[in-house]
Amino acid sequence: MSDTPERDAIIKVRGLRNQFGPQVVHDNLDLDVWRGEVLGIVGGSGTGKSVLLRTIVGLNKPAAGTIEVLGTNVLTAPEEERRKVETRWGVAFQDGALFSSLTVLQNVMAPMREHLKLSTNLMKELGALKISLVGLPQLACEKLPSELSGGMRKRAALARALALDPQIVFLDEPTAGLDPVGAAAYDDLIGELQRSLGITVFMVTHDLDSLYAICDRIAVLAEKRVLVEGPIETMTDVDHPWVQEYFTGPRARAAQVKGTGNETGGT
Amino acid sequence: MSALTAPNLRVEAQGGRATVRVSGALLTEFLADMEGPFAQAAPSETNVDIDLSPLTAFDTGGAWLVSQLRTRLQAQGAEVQIAGAADHLALLTTVTAASPEKTPHELPEHGRWEWVANIGRTLVSGWGDALSLVSFLGQTLSGLADVVVRPHKVRWASLVTHMQDVGFNAVPIIALMGFLIGVVLGFQGASQLQQFGAEVFVVELIGISVLRELGILLTAIIVAGRSGSAFTASVGSMKVQQEIDAMQTLGLDPVRVLVVPRVLALLIMLPLLGFVANLFGLFGGALMSWVSLDVNPGMFLTRLHDNIAVKHLLVGMVKAPFFALVIGVVACWQAFQVKGSSTSVGQRTTSSVVQGIFLVIALDALFSIFFAQLGV
Repeated sequence: MSDTPERDAIIKVRGLRNQFGPQVVHDNLDLDVWRGEVLGIVGGSGTGKSVLLRTIVGLNKPAAGTIEVLGTNVLTAPEEERRKVETRWGVAFQDGALFSSLTVLQNVMAPMREHLKLSTNLMKELGALKISLVGLPQLACEKLPSELSGGMRKRAALARALALDPQIVFLDEPTAGLDPVGAAAYDDLIGELQRSLGITVFMVTHDLDSLYAICDRIAVLAEKRVLVEGPIETMTDVDHPWVQEYFTGPRARAAQVKGTGNETGGT
Repeated sequence: MSALTAPNLRVEAQGGRATVRVSGALLTEFLADMEGPFAQAAPSETNVDIDLSPLTAFDTGGAWLVSQLRTRLQAQGAEVQIAGAADHLALLTTVTAASPEKTPHELPEHGRWEWVANIGRTLVSGWGDALSLVSFLGQTLSGLADVVVRPHKVRWASLVTHMQDVGFNAVPIIALMGFLIGVVLGFQGASQLQQFGAEVFVVELIGISVLRELGILLTAIIVAGRSGSAFTASVGSMKVQQEIDAMQTLGLDPVRVLVVPRVLALLIMLPLLGFVANLFGLFGGALMSWVSLDVNPGMFLTRLHDNIAVKHLLVGMVKAPFFALVIGVVACWQAFQVKGSSTSVGQRTTSSVVQGIFLVIALDALFSIFFAQLGV
């Protein structure tokens, strides 16, 4: 899907302003997310990356601006229309945010129960399929979130986000707290799912390896707006101190080598 | 997105080849309707083509259905070919690769004698809990003794905060409770004693039952519900957040840091709260005696002074520190048993209150027997 990018904005943010008391986080922020791409959001601490994600999915009410997801203005749309859009995106929170009293399988089935009219058996089969799609063993189905490791919790959260076959998946720091091997495996997983399921991925991350390995485009948040957006190769040409430091620092160079190595090895 | 047309499945047989043609939008939301047709599609031919090219939309649910169909046909010995758009085929491949193998669910054995095993398990775990609780009591007592011997080790800030939470903030509810108990006793006593003209004995009735038993017992029950649950919930959440593990790695003893100030606060405040309950109980009783029996407050006080020995007050107050210890230790022990998730905090808080109240009442019964044997 990513081979033939349709220039069709699946998320359109215009003139967004977010403010907590006197502190302005975003001011006049514009952002487009194209259908079928993996967009990485980067920025220093406190630039409002997670706030942006939370605002788009409706967990935070902005002071001004419009947000259009799948052609629906989610800020003004009536409740019913909003619900419809909500079933077409999935959100995986940083530490999973799995329901702690439910097993992994029940967690994945929770959105299906709410939105689909399927028999319990069918939901169980589909839930098990989603769990296996994200690379968890079937044994994990009956476990409680507290019995899983951090990496497994993240995968389980992704399985729940994929439960309704969404068109957009939001990921908040998907590889934070994972070991490099686990993080690379998670990156591969997201890339593969994105290609085979044709989903759009909106990813807040700090992980340069992820940026090089799977992101089609990067949007840098700085100075209360999207300072610059584009493929990662163009980032080194941006004349901004933070962007320069971020993309030309020693870690970035190491990630670049690894990322390009992955691509030639992977395809 | 174009309007989604419901999916459709057609089987065409022609010269030894069968074609299963799937059209429309084969999405998860239509799965319930499509499960039947897919299960019934049973071409007997040995060569089956599954044609996905008329599909307008496809997702993992649909792919799962097609993959199940292929597996079933192959199991019947058919040669299956699948044709369709490239991205649909790619999705099908991914889903097929990920399809979990059917693992037979291992059910626990429910033999005829299962209940015997359950009794055994309950006994063993109950015994383990009892041992663990006693050892926790020991740790707490040693922590308390340490603080008594070396008073400079008291964590004053923490102690005073808990004293305020446990004691001072509970005064209104305890006072109201005591007052109401006095009123109830006065009223009930009046209606019974009036029948044989012994109205004036209502003073003894109220005095002895409030001072000896009810004042302190009901205070302990309220404190167990109010502060015991708070202790378990707050320390239990700390356990979930790994704060207690962090404390241990920093060389801090969680029992001394968390448990001792709480138990000490209870030890100091519960007797005081009990005293407040006693005062208000007598006040409520006196008021009720005056209203319903015409025993005026002066007479009430004189009779109280002449006929109720101080030992009744002492017998009541002596129990307070023991109740405090039981409530504090049970609440903190339950908090330390919290495992994993926030659900566990809720369960442990419930058990903390139930066990706290039960043990307080059981202990009170033991004290009654003890004092009866002593003849006080």
